[in-house]
Amino acid sequence: MAAPDTVGTRDSLFEVEEMELAFGPQHPSTHGVLRLDLKVDGERIVGCYPIIGYLHRGTEKLFELHPFFQNVPHTDRMDYVAAATNNLAYVGAVEKLTGLTVPPRAAYIRTILCELQRISSHLLWLATHAIDIGAMTPFFYTFREREEVLDLFEEYCGARLTLNCMRPGGLPFDLPVGWTDRCGAFVDKFPAKVDEYEGLLTHNRIWKKRTVGIGVMSKEQALQYGVTGPMLRASGVGFDLRKATPYEAYGEVDFDVPVFHGGDTYDRYLVRMEEMRQSTRIVRQCLDKLPDGPVMAKKPRVLKAAKDTEAYYAIEGPKGEIGFYIVGNGTPNPQRCRVRPPSFYNLQIVPELTQDRLLSDLVAIVGTTDIVLGEVDR
Amino acid sequence: MGDEERKGPEEADGAAAQAAAEAAAKARAEAAAKAKAAKEAAEAAKPAWEREPKIPEWEEAGGDPIAAALAERHGASLLSARTLAGDLVLAVERDAIREVARSLHDEHGFTMLIDICGADYPDREGPRFEVVYHLMNLDSCRRVRLRVSTDEDSPVPSLVPLWRGANWPEREAFDMYGIGFADHPDMTRILMWEGFEGHPLRKDFPVEGIETGAAIYPEYYEEAAGPVTGTGTGWKPPRDEEGAAGAAEDA
Repeated sequence: MAAPDTVGTRDSLFEVEEMELAFGPQHPSTHGVLRLDLKVDGERIVGCYPIIGYLHRGTEKLFELHPFFQNVPHTDRMDYVAAATNNLAYVGAVEKLTGLTVPPRAAYIRTILCELQRISSHLLWLATHAIDIGAMTPFFYTFREREEVLDLFEEYCGARLTLNCMRPGGLPFDLPVGWTDRCGAFVDKFPAKVDEYEGLLTHNRIWKKRTVGIGVMSKEQALQYGVTGPMLRASGVGFDLRKATPYEAYGEVDFDVPVFHGGDTYDRYLVRMEEMRQSTRIVRQCLDKLPDGPVMAKKPRVLKAAKDTEAYYAIEGPKGEIGFYIVGNGTPNPQRCRVRPPSFYNLQIVPELTQDRLLSDLVAIVGTTDIVLGEVDR
Repeated sequence: MGDEERKGPEEADGAAAQAAAEAAAKARAEAAAKAKAAKEAAEAAKPAWEREPKIPEWEEAGGDPIAAALAERHGASLLSARTLAGDLVLAVERDAIREVARSLHDEHGFTMLIDICGADYPDREGPRFEVVYHLMNLDSCRRVRLRVSTDEDSPVPSLVPLWRGANWPEREAFDMYGIGFADHPDMTRILMWEGFEGHPLRKDFPVEGIETGAAIYPEYYEEAAGPVTGTGTGWKPPRDEEGAAGAAEDA
């Protein structure tokens, strides 16, 4: 047996080599099938190259094959934890292209559905983000309330995740009897639940150690990368499409847009927590003001877009600006239907945020971007 | 004489008939106008969601200050400036796109690149592809859409020097349509795998997929005979065949 090599210079004995590490696509902390090719120097990340496309299903090609009405279910399957906002962005683009106007009752119900969707999406984000960082308990708390939101969805449209709950021109059905009471009961008690989650995390020393100052994104970086949504608002840009270009019933309700200036993982957490509270305010006001009337506009039997017309319509989804760019060609099918996915742009900044950070911070940073790979890859 | 006599009343009749016809036509036109006005009034009295949908139409954006400033600055590089449903759409010469985007970014406050995407119009005369850019001004909440025509062989100047976030969407346009971008730092596929041949969002790409030769399980598949959606390669796992044969023998 050879004697251990104990003679040599310090450098030859403690030689440090950079290592390549494939993080994903089956790693639980990548929230789906994201693969990050990392170059690590010990625990320090010196290079990060995201590889996406594992969930590419060609949705934009499928849009071109189906009439405008049949395309709504495809939108459910992009950001599959926030189907209602996807539906709204798509049907909004079709309405803009074909000149349809939505009745006020439908606009209010759409607003309610979108805000409930924002709550459920943020709850899922909080649960998984906290688990990634090592806090198990919030998962059980948030899924308790998320279940109630999903029950409300199920009662309205029969589905819990892939809602398919909007149509160009309005809604497929009116609210069931008693739904507004149950929804109101939920939003009245929900702010106390947010306090409960915050009680677990906001002043928790471990949570703050893992999130404060981690993944700091400046305002300039955010604008350079087209980052939108809560990530942008945590970097000091108070931009929210619900306030900037009010759509549906957002112009008629009172709510605040939370803005934080630190740009780190902790501030992004605070923005989302406050957004959930504001969402309950919006739902409460919409329920109080809910007008009567039809939920579907008068529309042609076959919806066609005029040749060579195009429209881009974007809304504030839970993850950022989700928009649809649709080109018509005189047939009931779109010529081109492009999705502007917020996760795609928010994910692009991850290599810049993880540079020279530790591997454990990477998990926190990927978690805080709140990506859904179904939307990144489409 | 007799002819004239006969003619006279006929003429008179004709004139009278003509006058009557004119009067009738006028009355009809008036009635139609009245009906139309009544219909329009009834239509206008209806709530917006019960009216006939008003399909948006293209309009020249001559008076738009941004379009005017850009036209003055870039002259012939700005091919057209129109609006549709309130959106300003600018058609830009391919090689001038970076300069136009730069002046929108620096002088008009369009600091955010919202999206870049490709589009394919194979029936169109001239270049078949289009690259569409969406920019946004966060202060005034205005959007601008830029359109550039290009073909497979002529790359479009990349916007990565202006916005680092243009990297991935340009890669996606390359991947899906085969549109090249000049000065792009990493012009590789992004959604399809490396080695894939073809550009899936082109109109002539079959929806059911193509034979890629990607053998997922080399021990089961022959080379260049991988499973492809919808094409039905007829493959069965060997052990199933053995099992079926064994079952047949047993029977």
